[in-house]
Amino acid sequence: MTASRAGVGAPDDTVVVYRKRRNVELFMDLVAVSIGLGGWALIGLDQNGTIPGDWPWVVGLWTGMALAVHIAIRIRLPYADPLLLPLVLTVNGLGLAMIHRIDLIPDPVFHDATTQLVWTGLGMALFIATLFVLNDPRELQRFPYLLFLAGLALLLLPLVPGLGTTSGGSTIWIHLGPFSFQPAEAAKVVLTIAFAGYLVDHSEVLSKVGRRVLGLQLPRVRDLGPIVVMWLASLAVLVFENDLGTSMLFFGLFVMMLYVATELPVWPVLGALLMTLGAWAGYAFTYHVKVRVDAWLHPFNNVDQNYQIIQAEYGLAWGGLTGRGWGLGRPGLTPLAKSDFISAAIGEELGVIGLMAVVMLYALIVSRGLRISLTTDDPFEKLLAAGLSFVFALQVFAIIGGVTRLLPLTGLTTPFMSQGGSSMVINWMIIAILLVVSHQARRPRRPEAPVTQRGFVADFASDDTAVILP
Amino acid sequence: MNRPIRKVAVLAALLFFALLANITYFPLFRADALVNDPANRRVRDAQFAQDRGAILVGSTPIASSVPDKGVFAYQRVYADGPMWAPVTGYYSYEFGRTGLEQNYNAELAGTSDSQFLTRLMDTLSGRHRQGATVITTLNAKAQKAAWDALGSMQGAVVALNYRTGAVLAMVSKPSYDPNRLASVDLTKASDAWTSLNDATGSPMSNRATQEIYPPGSTFKLVTAAAALENGMSPETQVDAPVRLKLPGTNTYLPNEVNCGGTRISLIQAFAVSCNTAYANVGLGLGADKLRAQADAFGFGKPLGLGFTSAASHFPVSPNEPETAMSAIGQYDVAASPLQMAVVAAGIANDGVVMQPYLVQEVRSPSLQVLESTTPKKLSQAMTAQHAQEEQRMMQAVVTSGTGTKAQVPGVTIGGKTGTAQTIPSRPPYAWFVGYAQQPDVAIAVFIESVNIPRNDIAGGALAGPVFAAVVKALQ
Repeated sequence: MTASRAGVGAPDDTVVVYRKRRNVELFMDLVAVSIGLGGWALIGLDQNGTIPGDWPWVVGLWTGMALAVHIAIRIRLPYADPLLLPLVLTVNGLGLAMIHRIDLIPDPVFHDATTQLVWTGLGMALFIATLFVLNDPRELQRFPYLLFLAGLALLLLPLVPGLGTTSGGSTIWIHLGPFSFQPAEAAKVVLTIAFAGYLVDHSEVLSKVGRRVLGLQLPRVRDLGPIVVMWLASLAVLVFENDLGTSMLFFGLFVMMLYVATELPVWPVLGALLMTLGAWAGYAFTYHVKVRVDAWLHPFNNVDQNYQIIQAEYGLAWGGLTGRGWGLGRPGLTPLAKSDFISAAIGEELGVIGLMAVVMLYALIVSRGLRISLTTDDPFEKLLAAGLSFVFALQVFAIIGGVTRLLPLTGLTTPFMSQGGSSMVINWMIIAILLVVSHQARRPRRPEAPVTQRGFVADFASDDTAVILP
Repeated sequence: MNRPIRKVAVLAALLFFALLANITYFPLFRADALVNDPANRRVRDAQFAQDRGAILVGSTPIASSVPDKGVFAYQRVYADGPMWAPVTGYYSYEFGRTGLEQNYNAELAGTSDSQFLTRLMDTLSGRHRQGATVITTLNAKAQKAAWDALGSMQGAVVALNYRTGAVLAMVSKPSYDPNRLASVDLTKASDAWTSLNDATGSPMSNRATQEIYPPGSTFKLVTAAAALENGMSPETQVDAPVRLKLPGTNTYLPNEVNCGGTRISLIQAFAVSCNTAYANVGLGLGADKLRAQADAFGFGKPLGLGFTSAASHFPVSPNEPETAMSAIGQYDVAASPLQMAVVAAGIANDGVVMQPYLVQEVRSPSLQVLESTTPKKLSQAMTAQHAQEEQRMMQAVVTSGTGTKAQVPGVTIGGKTGTAQTIPSRPPYAWFVGYAQQPDVAIAVFIESVNIPRNDIAGGALAGPVFAAVVKALQ
């Protein structure tokens, strides 16, 4: 069982072959698809007592889309992680069903679920395109500075006059003609790639040079440059775009990647200090953050201003443990139930149990992502996979935590569920990148450089079935 | 890099754990308060449209839900709405709920803990949920008699079974029709709300239990109880000057009636409601003993078991002249008619004060008893012997004193009359507080606003017949 692809003690001509498990994935995909379709049928049953008339079309379409993605993986990434796609399909299906359910509240009904399905299709198309274009994730390593600038530009794009729009106090949207777009979503991927590229090149310098104080290895002052730049960019987002969530998301991502690259605990310590400072400054000096914090701690002190979070609370409370039943609650009373507050809608109709299941699905997605990061042996791929997984985790934490009043509310999207095209497309691309990395890590190849870390062997052994071919 | 990645994984796990823990905490600790928040429209809409349980007097519903074809599936209907309004309260969409509709909301809506099994069975079998039936202790005949006897006068009547504390009648006038506020036509309900709030005589206030008034001479029931408990007897002679100089002031307290001498017995002073005699008794006892006796009868806290009631009040630290005035139910003493009925009930029940209750039983739609009220002793306000002595004093009021108008042939009745002045420009309040034996009932009659001379005979003449009418109805 303790086999390793670059064997500690294994003969040099040993090749490890993972089982592809594509049929497992197919089976799980079909389960995932049926969960979304089941929810959709349930809504019809609960509201009208019948399954909607267009069900053969919907079943065919959604199953077809899922199969297309599956087949693309079969062709391009036969060794990729088999669970990631089914998990994403489940969450995506639940999100579509919930948007459809909220569409049905007004009279005449909306058709946002159809638009969302188109965005999902676009996300899947880009996913497939990524699979075919990106042969080796290391290709992404080449232009870290350019990508860094591009990422920062995207992040700060909503500040361009005439382009950015303010909603809910935050300026994180841009409008181009009929399209609205959250550039921070794209910045998430671009900056993760940029950080990974930069840190792979500089991890030696950042970790090995400097003084030790109180058991912490301190970096040199000039090496502090990147973290300061990132901190200032995050502060700019906080101060000018008024969005604590986005600000924390990017800074947290950067600090975490810095830590993974250098293995120095000083970075998270320093990062936490700076983040606290930034959050405090935001609370003390910007009106918007203070409003959000007050809404979090004492929503009932200002019932009109905090109408949304109060309605979400009422909805969750009314849903209780098992929920009102899909189609039987009143999620429409909460403003933005389709986007920011979709998890509150889930909690209201599917109950605390349903919401916990959704959180667990996200946790599984993150755990698969981090596992991919552990499995691969290329430092860039490691950083990339870990960064993408962690930023995903932070985002889910921030938005669901905000809706359930664990944290102050921020305007982040709920990945794969919230209504909105940019988030949907970008998240599908994140999954594509993770799967490409996963395929690279798991496909059989001749051992290259010997890897001697003990932990590495253990990771490897714990991954279900590895077969050694002579 | 795997070591830090593992740590990051632990951090991510902690984040998700925090989410799950918070979501778990939610239904356990936060949801109840949120569901019961009247501003929660989801719950309000659902409840308002629901088949709510009935409120019964005997076997007759005084509040029930009937199917409706509009936006809401059911309409709440009150039979004899104005007469029962102080009991049922109202159940409205926009203006909350009062009375039993509020106090037994969970049971009527079917959401109480005791209905968990019923609810589960309904859910499993797909039956629509029905609320439980609330069965009151009220007596329709007594209620009707009190309602009719008050006529067009403003005031309240509370009748209790003094052995148990069960409320037999609860009338407040002027009243209102709860049907108007419960209307599913929300515009109509809103108009009714405005007009009722603007109406003279504040028809929506429950004078029987939720308002407190100066009890006047009926408070001598408490002063006399304190006197008996502290060594005096009905035959003890007390000073009854024509007018009493209040200690430390130049003010004189006059008698409004001829007390029949300046040195008379306690029972004589009670029967004719001699103010100077009882002011003297109060001065002799001191404020602390008076307050202790009042508290033993339930002053100072809401009395109702399972229904809303106001706490009656005895001043905190009155000086001597204030104590003298308090002893005869003036100055800052204030009591609800319910409280005064409880005082009479405690004396009639040989000193044992029972807590008043309004609901006998709560039954599920399948007639299973979900809750039932067992009579609860509030205190032993005085010894049985002293209570019987005071009963004799109260009977003297009715046989030969100020309360002869309360007589009912063949029934032993004791009571105390009272008039209370508030401000000179305003007519005095008239009271009659007493009890009857077989039927065992203690009754407080309170009349708020009529033009009568400011003396006890007049008060007794007005309130006494209402008392007698209720006793006759219960015979």
